[in-house]
Amino acid sequence: MRGGRPVFRDVNFRVGRGEALVVEGPNGSGKTSLLRLVAGLLAPAAGAISFSGIADREERGNSVGWLGHHDGAKPQLSPREMLLFFAQLCGGARESIPSLLQLVGLSRAADLPCQYLSAGQKRRLALARLKLCGRPLWLLDEPLAALDAQGKSLLLDLLREHLAAGSIALIATHELLGLQTQRLQLT
Amino acid sequence: MRAAAALLARDLRIATRAGGSAVLALAFFAAVVTLLPFGIGSDPKLLARVAGGVIWVAAVLANLLGLDRLFQADYEDGNLDLLALSPLGFEGIAAAKIVAHWLITGLPLTVIAPLLALLLNLPPSAYPALLLSLLIGTPAVSALGSAAAALTLSIRRGGLLLPLLLLPLLAPVVIFGAGAVLAQVDRVENGAIWFLAAISAVTILLSPFVTAAALRLNLSD
Repeated sequence: MRGGRPVFRDVNFRVGRGEALVVEGPNGSGKTSLLRLVAGLLAPAAGAISFSGIADREERGNSVGWLGHHDGAKPQLSPREMLLFFAQLCGGARESIPSLLQLVGLSRAADLPCQYLSAGQKRRLALARLKLCGRPLWLLDEPLAALDAQGKSLLLDLLREHLAAGSIALIATHELLGLQTQRLQLT
Repeated sequence: MRAAAALLARDLRIATRAGGSAVLALAFFAAVVTLLPFGIGSDPKLLARVAGGVIWVAAVLANLLGLDRLFQADYEDGNLDLLALSPLGFEGIAAAKIVAHWLITGLPLTVIAPLLALLLNLPPSAYPALLLSLLIGTPAVSALGSAAAALTLSIRRGGLLLPLLLLPLLAPVVIFGAGAVLAQVDRVENGAIWFLAAISAVTILLSPFVTAAALRLNLSD
C-alpha cells in the first residue's frame, strides 16, 4: 500500500540458493516497495514473505544486505571509518577492510570525509559494505546508478561471487546485467 | 551490545567533527543564561532565587537545538534502513541514540552549569543540588526528546512541531529540577530531588520502547 492505494497485488516468486531475480517494471510500478517488503522494512498489506523459513519481519532483516537509493555515507566520516563502523555493526571482519577498499578502488580516498566523494565513489563504498557484511540475501535497488563501466563490472563480479557461494540476490533495475537470472515483471 | 557501542561511538565521532551540534548547544546554553540578568536586573538576591529555574529552562531549550536531527540525518541518508536491518533492533538503536545525545548535550551542560551559576550568584550550598538535579534530570530530557524526535521524523518541518510536543512533557522535570535547587537556596527540605529521580527513572526505562515504536511507524510508512 502506498498513500492508501495498493501498489501491486498477486505477486508470487520463489528464488533458490545461488539464484538471482531481476525485478523489472516502469517507474512507480513498485520495485523499491517490493524490495523493502522483502527486507522487512515494510509490512505487506496481505500475504507472506519468508526467507529460509524466517517469516518474522525484523528477524529476516539480519539476513539482508541492503543497497538502496541512498548509499548511507556519513558526510563527516571517511570510507575507512564507515566500514569499521559497519564491521562492528554487522559482525564483519575488520582485517578485510584495507583489501576491500582496494577492491572497490577507494584506497586513495579511504581517509577523506565522505562529503568529498562523488556519487559513484559513495556507491562503491556501499558495495564494499555489502561484501564486508556478507549477508546471504542481497537486495539491490538500481545498483548500477552512478557507477562507471569499471564499477559495473565490479558489481557484476561481486554478484557472481555472491551467487556462486549459494546466496541469493534480488535486483531492481532497468539495465541489462548480462547474468543468467529469473525475471519478475511488475506492471 | 557491540553493535550498540559501535553506533554510540559513531555518533560521538560525528558530533565532534565539523558540523556537529555539541558546541552549538553549549554556546546557546551559556548565551541564554548570560542574557537573563540583562532582562531582570542585577539584584543579587533575586538572581540567586531564580538561578536554578533559569539554568534548568536554558538547559531544556539547549537540548532542543539538535534534537530534530537525532534520527533525521540517518533517515535521510539511508543509514536508518541499514540500522534497522542490523542486529541492533529498534530498541537498541533508540537506547544508543539516547545515550549518545546525553553524552553530547546533557553531560557538557551539566559540567558548565556551575560556572554559569556563579554568574547568577547561586549560594555555594546549592551547587551540589544543582549538579545532582542536572545529572539526574538531563538523561530524562534526552530520553523524552528521542521519543519526540522519532515521532516527528517523517513530518516535513518536524523540527517546529518537536518543541510543541516536547516542552509540556518536560514540565515536571523542570519543576522538580529547579525545585531541588531552590530548596537549597531557601534551606528547606522539599523532596523534589526524589520526585525528579522517580520521573527520570520511569522516563529512561520507557522511552527506548516508545522511540522504537515511533521509528517502526515512520519507517514502514
